Amino acid sequence: MEEKIQLQTRDLVKKYGDDTILNGIDLKVRKGEVVVLLGPSGCGKSTLLRCLNGLETVDSGEVLLDGEPITAHGKNMSQMRQKIGMVFQSYDLFPHKTILGNVILAPVKVQHRSRQDAEAEAEVLLRRVGLWEKRGAWPRQLSGGQKQRVAIARALMMHPEVMLFDEVTAALDPEMVREVLDVMIELAGQGMTMVIVTHEMQFARAVADRILFLDQGRFVEEASPEQFFTQPKSQRAKAFLKTFTFDRCATTENSVVI
Amino acid sequence: MQDSGLSILFMGSNFLRLLQGLWVTLQLSLISVAVSLPLGIAFGMFMTLKHPAARIISRLILDFVRIMPQLVLLFILYFGVAHAFGWNLSAYASAVAMLVIWGTAEMGDLVRGALISIPRHQYESAAALGMTGRQTFLEVILPQTVQRLLPPAINLVTRMIKTTSIVVLIGIVEVLKTGQQIIDANRLQFPSAALWIYGVIFFLYFLVCWPVSLLAKRLERRMN
Repeated sequence: MEEKIQLQTRDLVKKYGDDTILNGIDLKVRKGEVVVLLGPSGCGKSTLLRCLNGLETVDSGEVLLDGEPITAHGKNMSQMRQKIGMVFQSYDLFPHKTILGNVILAPVKVQHRSRQDAEAEAEVLLRRVGLWEKRGAWPRQLSGGQKQRVAIARALMMHPEVMLFDEVTAALDPEMVREVLDVMIELAGQGMTMVIVTHEMQFARAVADRILFLDQGRFVEEASPEQFFTQPKSQRAKAFLKTFTFDRCATTENSVVI
Repeated sequence: MQDSGLSILFMGSNFLRLLQGLWVTLQLSLISVAVSLPLGIAFGMFMTLKHPAARIISRLILDFVRIMPQLVLLFILYFGVAHAFGWNLSAYASAVAMLVIWGTAEMGDLVRGALISIPRHQYESAAALGMTGRQTFLEVILPQTVQRLLPPAINLVTRMIKTTSIVVLIGIVEVLKTGQQIIDANRLQFPSAALWIYGVIFFLYFLVCWPVSLLAKRLERRMN
């Protein structure tokens, strides 16, 4: 794998009042790498993702894209965000625009591309996520899974170098999770640099090049997916993974007669 | 001669006079609405500012204007301001000022409500696409705000049209005042004049407001 560091944080600290959400995060994401952030809820993984494209200001430390620091209020924020695509948990399509309108809005307004050019690319991307026939539909007419696929296509329209995914399947009905994750796996296969926050453990194992386990605002463990899911080193990672396996507790020896 | 109150309506130029009065009502409404809507949009945006001073000021203005009956506001402007500052506002100017102050406050509150009802992730997903604050507002937030705002704003327009009737009390001769004059002139001959003339005025207000509220209903249905 190419060793070029595409996205990096240095000693990132984020506080909400007296709560330290991120406590000295050093993250390095190589070009083309898929990093999955795991951890219990409230561990700061979504906040970290939001710091990466400046949706949250940081209290200290810095985020670098291609070695260039991103500052939250700089004039280059718009430029930087075009290079870092993000898809959120909530269905965040613009309700007053059709599917096609959603996808071409930013390319036309922000990148000043011609409408024809944007529509031509929109066709390619919407076909890729299987929703070109829905281009004239309104967001409210789509299922949650379809909306998230459109949101991914919309982010890809900006030609990002990195894609951030913040629990994009967490609000979906179970049968729609698959179609969204498939799109993400395909994207990873095409060499997109990705940072993913998810609660889908099977998916994390399949898609990740590297797992980073966060707890209480720090990286506790870093491992390949195989290693992380089969032999986690830290106690906290073990405890976390245990929450995803189910045992019937009241078995033979402890059974209680009611 | 018929002894019906309705016949006064067609005596002399009575009906024409009523229509002229209606025109004054419409003029007042149109001017006030045309000024209040843009001012209200600006005021509404001001009200969403997080700055503590902005919040206190907008809260004070809104509560002050809201709590005071429009008639009191009108009297303050027409009688009070002249007395206190020596500005001699004409009746017409006082009426427009009252409608604009009240309309702006009400419209501002509607705009504020519509703006804060737009979920935060709409701002964030626009920002994540590299849109600037200005682009986000113009392309994403404003269109959604207008959609939500149209029905209540049109409703406010009909309320403003109806509220013009209180300007009678500072001597502006609009449709209601004209009606009163016609009734007074014919009271002895036609005791039922009041019923008929006020009935006609009711119908005229209805004619003006009904299409407006129909429009509001249609827009509301189209958005769902």
